[in-house]
Amino acid sequence: MATITLDTVRKVYAGGVEAVKGVSIDIADGEFIVLVGPSGCGKSTLLRMIAGLEEISTGEIRIGEKVVNKVDPADRDIAMVFQNYALYPHMTVYNNLAYGLKNRGMAKDEIDRRVKEAARILEIGDYLDRKPRALSGGQRQRVAMGRAIVREPAAFLFDEPLSNLDAKLRVQMRVEIKRLQKSLKTTSVYVTHDQLEAMTLADRLVVLSGGNIEQIGAPIDVYDKPASTFVASFIGSPAMNLLKVRKGAAGLELETGSGLTAANPYGRDRYTLGVRPEHLSLVEAGVPAGALTLKATVNVLEPVGAESYLYASCGGTGQEIVIRVESHARFEPGQEITLTAQAKDVHFFDADTGRRVES
Amino acid sequence: MKRVQFTNASLPYLLLLPQLAIIVIFFYWPSAQAIQSSFYLEDPFGFGSTFVGMENYTDVLGSNEYASIARFTIAFTLLVTFLSLSIALLLAVKADAVLKGSSTYKTLLMWVYAVAPPVAGLMGVMFFDMHIGPFLKVAAFFGWDFKIGLNYFDTAFAMVVIAVWKQIPYNFIFFLSGLQAIPKSVREASMIDCRSGFRRFWSIILPLLAPTAFFLLIINMTYSLFDTFGIVDVVVKDKAANNPITLVYKVYMDGFRGGDLGGSSAQSVILMLVVFVLTIFQFRFIERRVHYG
Ligand SMILES: Nc1ncnc2c1ncn2[C@@H]1O[C@H](COP(=O)(O)OP(=O)(O)OP(=O)(O)O)[C@@H](O)[C@H]1O
Ligand SMILES: [Mg+2]
Repeated sequence: MATITLDTVRKVYAGGVEAVKGVSIDIADGEFIVLVGPSGCGKSTLLRMIAGLEEISTGEIRIGEKVVNKVDPADRDIAMVFQNYALYPHMTVYNNLAYGLKNRGMAKDEIDRRVKEAARILEIGDYLDRKPRALSGGQRQRVAMGRAIVREPAAFLFDEPLSNLDAKLRVQMRVEIKRLQKSLKTTSVYVTHDQLEAMTLADRLVVLSGGNIEQIGAPIDVYDKPASTFVASFIGSPAMNLLKVRKGAAGLELETGSGLTAANPYGRDRYTLGVRPEHLSLVEAGVPAGALTLKATVNVLEPVGAESYLYASCGGTGQEIVIRVESHARFEPGQEITLTAQAKDVHFFDADTGRRVES
Repeated sequence: MKRVQFTNASLPYLLLLPQLAIIVIFFYWPSAQAIQSSFYLEDPFGFGSTFVGMENYTDVLGSNEYASIARFTIAFTLLVTFLSLSIALLLAVKADAVLKGSSTYKTLLMWVYAVAPPVAGLMGVMFFDMHIGPFLKVAAFFGWDFKIGLNYFDTAFAMVVIAVWKQIPYNFIFFLSGLQAIPKSVREASMIDCRSGFRRFWSIILPLLAPTAFFLLIINMTYSLFDTFGIVDVVVKDKAANNPITLVYKVYMDGFRGGDLGGSSAQSVILMLVVFVLTIFQFRFIERRVHYG
């Protein structure tokens, strides 16, 4: 168990691609950090630099007190779970788990104890004599987890470990990983592009975009106060509605047309205004008008079971917005609706930089 | 594997027919002929033949000369197989470390194989040539009076070097694609699990290369036993005298130069048996240890 410190870490690949552009994160002992961002944002690169599989161009990585920039992956006291599991195909499950321990010169009975213990926790005891090819995807995933936990390392590194599983298994393993990490209290860094996985697993989220950190924070804080339009549209599903607005005669108005009324709390000329689908309510349903009201025309209704998503356009045909509505609600295409949101649920972002405006 | 259903039951056999015909005409038929003539003493001028039973076999197996050629053939085969496999593997491992999947380089390296065999044989002989061979100068520098075709050891040395040289590109390409087929993440996982590169090679890379290595082992043994005929011929230039030759070359010498068709046939039959036993051995005992991904 250890802290992990990244100090202005940069990665420039041989071709000149700057995949990570000066990232600093302090990871506490036992913390579960999730690196999340769209494809190509540099999250795997960052994780692989912590693992020692990728050289660090500039900056410093410390595991515990030790600077590990030049330390061999095997000596960093980390264990990694790969997306495609990376099991050794010619070894039995038992040997897959034992391999890393044998190479560290551990005594046979201690190895046996640890392998059996991991097998018990992960319920893979019945397959210890099988080769990986004779296992299902979910079982392989467990073996890959087992290979990490037998090591009892200072940190676990996960690179999209669940993305090859089907939806149901993914949810199940997600819960299991969380439970396991909480009981082992091992510092973990987990990479995913799935915002739901990120939200549910993380103690703290690190949202990356184009090699930079957009925001670090507890999932609920990131959700409540996204630091930029990028984070706002990435975290939360369906994504936050973002509308271009400008100063009007009274408060703010849409840049593309009429229909919006909102106060202008910061006195600027232009904003990108954000409001989540779940924070928009229908005035028709008896909800009193809040800080923001918006007239819109219904396009389609998309039921997903527990709730439905209503797609509507506002400001002429300028913008499509999404509203979360109760699952049995009925709407006709072309129907006019009036929406409202509370002041605390309306986010303001700089119209040019996309950064959150709070003053 | 996809299963294909033929509506007409005889169609698969029809499709197999050309291949079967080739095997029968060029393999079973001559083999049967060889077995038959190995029991006869043929008149060299074609005036009939006499049945002599096992005499050709007892003659061959009782001969000191045959025993010494057999010993050389074994040594030659083992040496050529071992050297061409291990050097090719070493080169492939080094190349693989540089390549990391760059297909341009890989294509370039493939050309070595396309060009090498004919050129290599010729170059090899020139390299060791008594008059123009540059190797002689190198050997002379170390005080080695190299005499190809005259000194038994020197000739054997040249044969092995040329045979190995010719086979390396072939093995190299197979090893290289075998190495490149090992998933990157498996290597990386092993880097986290094992600090020593040497140990990783033995415990992860080599076992994963085993199917390739096994295939190449059989190919290389067969190559050393039979396909080196041309090299032996070029090196000894028909004058076996006290030069080292392989069993296959002796079959040719006795049959076509010596006119002893019976004895030569008996030798071929013996070789056939050796290959048969060798193949069974390889599949039964070595292949068992091979992991197919
Ligand atoms: N070996 C490499 N050489 C050159 N560029 C690379 C290399 N590996 C990654 N990159 C580039 O670096 C950037 C970040 O890659 P990285 O693999 O870290 O993305 P990622 O966030 O993990 O994406 P994904 O979700 O698709 O896995 C990408 O633009 C990628 O093309
Ligand atoms: Mg990635």
